[in-house]
Amino acid sequence: MTILEFARGPAFQFALTLFVFGVVWRLVGTFLMMRRHDFSKPRKHSLVAGGVRSIAMRSLPPHELEKKIVFQHVSGYAWHLTFFASLLLFAPHIPFFKQFLGFGWPTLPNGLALACGAVALGILLALLWRRATRPVLRHISTIDDYISVILTILPLLTGFFAYYRFGIQFIRYETLLGLHILSVCALMVWFPFGKLMHLFLAFPARFQAGALLRRKGVEA
Amino acid sequence: MTSELGGTVGDFLRARGVSRRGFMKFCATTASLMAMAPTMAPKVAEALEKARRPSVIWLPFQECTGCTESLTRSHSPTIEGLLFDAISLDYQETIMAAAGHQAEEILRDVTKENWGNYILCVDGSIPLANKGYSTIGGVSNVDMLKQVARGAKAIVCIGSCSAFGGLPKANPNPTGAVAVSDIIKDKPIINVSGCPPIPIAITGILAHVLTFGIPELDHYGRPRAFYGQTIHDRCYRRPFYERGQFAEHFDDEGAKAGWCLFKVGCKGPITYNSCSTYKWNFGVSWPVEAGHGCIGCSEPNFWDWQGLYRPLSTTQWGNWTTVGAAAGVGAVAGAVAALASRRKQRPVGEDVEEAQS
Repeated sequence: MTILEFARGPAFQFALTLFVFGVVWRLVGTFLMMRRHDFSKPRKHSLVAGGVRSIAMRSLPPHELEKKIVFQHVSGYAWHLTFFASLLLFAPHIPFFKQFLGFGWPTLPNGLALACGAVALGILLALLWRRATRPVLRHISTIDDYISVILTILPLLTGFFAYYRFGIQFIRYETLLGLHILSVCALMVWFPFGKLMHLFLAFPARFQAGALLRRKGVEA
Repeated sequence: MTSELGGTVGDFLRARGVSRRGFMKFCATTASLMAMAPTMAPKVAEALEKARRPSVIWLPFQECTGCTESLTRSHSPTIEGLLFDAISLDYQETIMAAAGHQAEEILRDVTKENWGNYILCVDGSIPLANKGYSTIGGVSNVDMLKQVARGAKAIVCIGSCSAFGGLPKANPNPTGAVAVSDIIKDKPIINVSGCPPIPIAITGILAHVLTFGIPELDHYGRPRAFYGQTIHDRCYRRPFYERGQFAEHFDDEGAKAGWCLFKVGCKGPITYNSCSTYKWNFGVSWPVEAGHGCIGCSEPNFWDWQGLYRPLSTTQWGNWTTVGAAAGVGAVAGAVAALASRRKQRPVGEDVEEAQS
């Protein structure tokens, strides 16, 4: 069995099983563990509106810190947009999603999708460098942060190696492709157990916080 | 079938009326095919001129004769075909006149006369589950291979069956088919894989063995000159891949426009062969040009490689039952964890009462 066969077969099956198990476990656990019942009289109603408002407001930089966090803010948006463009709009990736969903969608020209991937990779490397070199950031960083960033970098990096066939003199294309899929498997295995889970929890958490604050009469 | 014409390859070609110009052209082509410098063409010519016509024995085992068909039909009128005649093809069941006991006698005589010097070509895999599955003159394939290989100078495996087991080895491999290299360990083996291989690769390899010995091989024992790059590397549809223009089905507008066949299962990116360079039938066309994706026929186990029409970027992810089971177990684990956490929480008001007391 070659690395590519292993990656596409047993490794991916294992990663997918663990990914589904972990994500459902975290989501069910989190939602069932909601706060205790609050017997106080709500100061304001329309909690849903409060939750939605909170999602919107926390997606923008706080006014007081707007200038201080402009780099994180811009790079955060740029990273997410370019990363998802390279993931979801790169033509060779579509059959991967189609096998689960049963349908595909239009894609970007490969050059544009790859440019998005390059921007995403560059931003991630810059943020990792920043995290590792700034004393305050380093102090508040945990191993979870580093693992999550590195495991997100690897699929991008190996994807470029596979597409452009870097080092093809030393390593065969199918091995490069196998390593790319294995890096995705590693990301999927880690995903539910680290901070990457924010993909599923960020908006519910903001909604819940907004709804609770609304109940207490706070406009947040 | 032993040729009545002795002497060198050069003698034989002159006797067949091949001009010096035609011969040099072939030598230049061969040098080019084998990725040699243009200055090597005269050396190829010199070596071929002097080369003794080696005896070649061609053993067909579990095969479909497609490799022989490919070779003889596509190239027999060319100078490559003449060169193929120029080697002394002493035993080839499909095209030899002799049959039955006479044929077996020829095999015995040729191996005896050329012991240690002949080139053995093999097409077809070798069944090991039962020796009786494939026999020639009552001799099993494995016994015949071991016997003839002992006196061979080198073995050239023609086609994916002899090189890797091929179609007979496909799951569940009912005959226990194996490749030549699974049985013979002490002889140089050159794998000219493909289903069938490109004819020019067969003649090119034989020319190289004649002139300079064993060519440079890759890790599957294939000559790098023909198997050094992937189909995708040289595919004329590659620009469509770069632009993200793909045929989604074999009958859609993309297919009619000649777009990339990656999404309909083309295995070009992982298939090492030179079809996209040399094409077939004198360079007329090849499968991808005819509208079908590469099926990866020169790679080991290509029949079992997760479906001929499944795109390369798909995976063997299992099925929804497994995923559903994982989700179910995850839900139960999450519920148990949440309940356990809630039980640890103190009832509402308890903290206030504690503070008041």
